[in-house]
Amino acid sequence: MQNSDVTVVSAKRGLFSLNLKELWKYRDLVILFVKRDLKNVYKQTVLGPLWIVINPFLSTFVFTVIFGIIANISTDGIPQFLFYMSGNILWSYFSNCFNRASSTFLSNARIFGKVYFPRLVMPLSGIIYNSITFLVQFVMFSILVAVYAFTGANVHPNLLVLALPVLLIHIAFLGTGTGLIISSLTTKYRDLNVLVSFGLTLWMYLTPVVYPVSQIPESFRWIMLLNPVAPIVETFRFAFLGSGSFEWIYLLISAVVTAVILILGMIVFNQVEKNFIDTV
Amino acid sequence: MRENCVIKTENLTKEYKLGVIGSGTLRHDLQSWYARKRGKDDPNLKIGSNHYSAGDRFLALDSLDIEIDRGERVGIIGANGAGKSTFLKLLSRVTSPTDGEIRFRGRIASMLEVGTGFHGELTGRENIYLNGAILGMSKAEITEKIDKIIEFSECEKFIDTPVKRYSSGMFVKLAFAVAAHLDAEILIMDEVLAVGDMQFQKKCITKMRELALNENRTVLYVSHNMNTIRELCNRCIVLDHGKKIFDGDVENAIKIYLGGELDDFAFYDYNGCHKEPCKRNDVELLRAGYYGKTDNLFYNEEFMPLELEWQNNNDIHNLCLRVEVSDYRRFPVTAFVIEDFYSGKKGEKVSMRFKLNISRIAKGGYYTRYVFYNRKSDTLPFESVEIAKGLRFRKRMSEQNENRWQKAWGSVIMDEIELDDTN
Repeated sequence: MQNSDVTVVSAKRGLFSLNLKELWKYRDLVILFVKRDLKNVYKQTVLGPLWIVINPFLSTFVFTVIFGIIANISTDGIPQFLFYMSGNILWSYFSNCFNRASSTFLSNARIFGKVYFPRLVMPLSGIIYNSITFLVQFVMFSILVAVYAFTGANVHPNLLVLALPVLLIHIAFLGTGTGLIISSLTTKYRDLNVLVSFGLTLWMYLTPVVYPVSQIPESFRWIMLLNPVAPIVETFRFAFLGSGSFEWIYLLISAVVTAVILILGMIVFNQVEKNFIDTV
Repeated sequence: MRENCVIKTENLTKEYKLGVIGSGTLRHDLQSWYARKRGKDDPNLKIGSNHYSAGDRFLALDSLDIEIDRGERVGIIGANGAGKSTFLKLLSRVTSPTDGEIRFRGRIASMLEVGTGFHGELTGRENIYLNGAILGMSKAEITEKIDKIIEFSECEKFIDTPVKRYSSGMFVKLAFAVAAHLDAEILIMDEVLAVGDMQFQKKCITKMRELALNENRTVLYVSHNMNTIRELCNRCIVLDHGKKIFDGDVENAIKIYLGGELDDFAFYDYNGCHKEPCKRNDVELLRAGYYGKTDNLFYNEEFMPLELEWQNNNDIHNLCLRVEVSDYRRFPVTAFVIEDFYSGKKGEKVSMRFKLNISRIAKGGYYTRYVFYNRKSDTLPFESVEIAKGLRFRKRMSEQNENRWQKAWGSVIMDEIELDDTN
């Protein structure tokens, strides 16, 4: 037998010893976890998977009433419902990826304590699961856009829609990367959990989800767009609704920030995963 | 690594901190960090300690060196807290060692718990896939084996029912069936069979033996059930307080673990284990032995020749020794005492011989405990300086005396009753 198939487990682990080959071996497990979640989430509910669609409609409706009708915030001439829905489904995709990744250790402590598999399987299956729900919601959104466009409303989808896959990967990596950093911290500091859900809400209001960037005074706009989620939301809106701004430079900055966060997240995650079961 | 070796651990150590780990909240950690930074006292320290949870460390595994060859069926036994589960956890990579390393060849399939990752809402069949994938199988592998797995699990009828409706027995059977059909070269099990019925336990053990014998797989099995260890294993490791105290054939290992009357050691090498904590550790017992004897059997009026070797960790004045004797149920019987028999300098190594008159102790097997103590002056209380588990001994009566000793009852033989005819 070759010495090459000898696995060594030792006290120290390199900073970048991320075993992606091993992760690939467990690809079937990732898919099975996604299936399990899809089967499980709406078990014993009356409407079942319909909730995936109903959910964004409900919250978009709430947004429309509160920010559109009552607060009367401008939507740059876009039909309010479409405007809020675009921000809403994209933001919930981001925050779901974030939440899945940030609860990796705490909500899987039991299974992690009993068996080894690459821990990254969990956030990865989270990304896929959330992408599926996003795509279902996105289909509904596209139908609505088509209907509005057909009836002559002020929506102008353009060729930038082809960039959607890139935008999705971008936002999923950003959410997951941030989540991984948080998940590594919450194994030690549980009180961070409270802070995180508050912080996430705050983050949403700092992102142009319920208002367009054009509502921000010109001189502050660049600060706004440094928030890595903001350019993604803006680009998405520009592609599908034809409003908002699309600026390469901010998107590029956001991509760099995302890459840094993701790599940092994986490094921290990799360091915490080996011993977290002793502290959790 | 040698050609035939599949698992090798070197200096494997796992340390746990006792009590609360850190302070648990960010606020306290920040507070402590800020205080230290300004050179002030840490507000969250316990008074008298100079670091968080200082001294409250606990070695679950203490530099363990183990080599296991292909095809061996190794039982791991030991009392609760001996480090068995920690060892398996490290092997299955649930947590990582504090020091040392493990090398292994091939895949390890661990069953530290029955049905890890089983999901109540999924059917038996879906769970086979999920559980199999968690244990490292690919979907194709499982599909290939699913019929065998279902057959082995004896759950054919319920295989498309959600497992939340399963009885606990069925649950175990299904889970074990999955694990038993893994292609892993090394199988690790932690008392998972305890839940199944006798018949299924038998089946599992037979299956594991087959895997080891026919396919040259290696099995590591932890249990408190000595019968299953006997049936399954061909080698046994006894752990005690994180150390390996025996590694060899199954029967001897079981004898040592059960600590029963059968053990016939006439000699102990302490090596740091078998000690009980005491306030001071001025004396460190190194060896104990019955000099001039090869076993621990004593007949009739025979004296117990005890030789103790120790090292002085401090200057010793008026050392005293108490040898406590308890019976097989660990009920105290009596104690032998010698006071103020030794004084010496720090660092000296001393070997002394003692004669204990155990003629009054009745037939049976006994445990002993050695307590070294001393006192600063007559008025001060005693202070233990070393407490160690002692050699066991067995007391026998020779044939011709048997009759006479029948008069003894309990553990101590007293003088015959005398008639009081003074008036």
